[in-house]
Amino acid sequence: MKWDVIFQPQNLALYGQGILTTLHLLFASLAIGAVLALAFALALTSRWRVLRAVVGAYTYVVRGTPLLIQVYLIYYGLGQLEWIQARWDELWPWTYFKEPFFCALLAFSLNTAAYTAEMLAGAIRETSAGEIEAAQAYGMGPVAILWRIVLPSAMRRTLPAYSNEVVMMLQSTSLASAVPSMLDLTSAASRVYSKYYLPFEAFLFAAGIYLLATFALVGIFRLAERHFLAYLEPQKT
Amino acid sequence: MNAYYFSILQGSLMTVAVALASLLLAVFFGLLGAAARLSPNQAAVAAGTVYTTVIRGIPDLVLMLLVFYGGTMGLNYLVTAMGSKGSVDINPFVAGVLTLGFIYGAYMTETFRGAILAIPHGQSEAALAFGMGRTQTFLRIIAPQMVRYTNNWLVLIKSTALVSLIGLQEMTYIAKQASAATRSPFEFFLFTAALFLLFTSASLWVLRRLNARYSLGTRRVAL
Repeated sequence: MKWDVIFQPQNLALYGQGILTTLHLLFASLAIGAVLALAFALALTSRWRVLRAVVGAYTYVVRGTPLLIQVYLIYYGLGQLEWIQARWDELWPWTYFKEPFFCALLAFSLNTAAYTAEMLAGAIRETSAGEIEAAQAYGMGPVAILWRIVLPSAMRRTLPAYSNEVVMMLQSTSLASAVPSMLDLTSAASRVYSKYYLPFEAFLFAAGIYLLATFALVGIFRLAERHFLAYLEPQKT
Repeated sequence: MNAYYFSILQGSLMTVAVALASLLLAVFFGLLGAAARLSPNQAAVAAGTVYTTVIRGIPDLVLMLLVFYGGTMGLNYLVTAMGSKGSVDINPFVAGVLTLGFIYGAYMTETFRGAILAIPHGQSEAALAFGMGRTQTFLRIIAPQMVRYTNNWLVLIKSTALVSLIGLQEMTYIAKQASAATRSPFEFFLFTAALFLLFTSASLWVLRRLNARYSLGTRRVAL
């Protein structure tokens, strides 16, 4: 084992850059995905059957196909379409489709949005009828009930499942390495591997960083759950 | 053009083969892991916990690259040490199945452990009282009820797309080659996505039937 190669400054810098890209992809896709997921979850639990069917079909297709294919479809596939090709040289926002980072980010955001939307929709459906009736008795309108009663509790109850989704998303960002010219943590490891032919050192180092990041995320979510789900804990006597 | 679609269809057989072989291996590792985590032996419990925690904290792709490139190098090192001048290549099918089986074994460990814990202890005591041995109790009482808790298959079949990245010619790989050759990636990836959707939909249907079959006799409480 030649671990000293990994710790040479230029290689550490490569890994550092990879970590930054991975974290950037992770948090940006989670943020965009969360906003989309909220909208999708509201659509999934809405009164309009057509809206439910359309968004339901979307989440079904996204959750039924591999993320790698979705990345390829957006990165390689969209570039083939003529109406995008005609616009992506100068017309904003189509110029983004030429950037690998944007394509990966779009694929990840759309993917996590589908999974998160289903979780959140499930939690919204489980809201007990009594809470909504009580809110109505207080004279709250539908929007106020949604923002002040349904969503705060549904989001809290989604937290344990969402923490799994965030960890899965961290691991999914490694698929960015399938897009040429992206330098995430996995591609950094691949580059170090092919430069020095040291597969164990290169990939184990990356694996260790992913593991640490996973532990950190799990720890943060455990704290968050203790804070936001305190009311569900058994009462201390 | 049509020839490419046909090769992708052929590649889908490889996808199914990888998925099924990995599933077998994953069930094996899962049972082993669950047995370790539920055993009275402290060291076995610790080993099982380390296995599931570490594997679930590392991306599938990184593990796959590690097994594929690392395994190739390790084997070549061994071959050279034994005095042979040739070099060996690891078959991507073997590397893919080994990695996916090992990874999903960790997820299965947790699923099986949860399933076994969810089965009332009285049932295995009753089986013992009827004179069944440990193996018989497991096969006839415990295992059929564990079927209710299997949902890792859907994730596993989607993960097989990753094996294309180490060069196995399954449908994602062929779709990518077809895209490069014809410059019409959109159709090919869409076609591959549709095939995956077909597989996951069919699996969902089968799993639902299985679940219904193996949930016979369980009480369902509705408010």
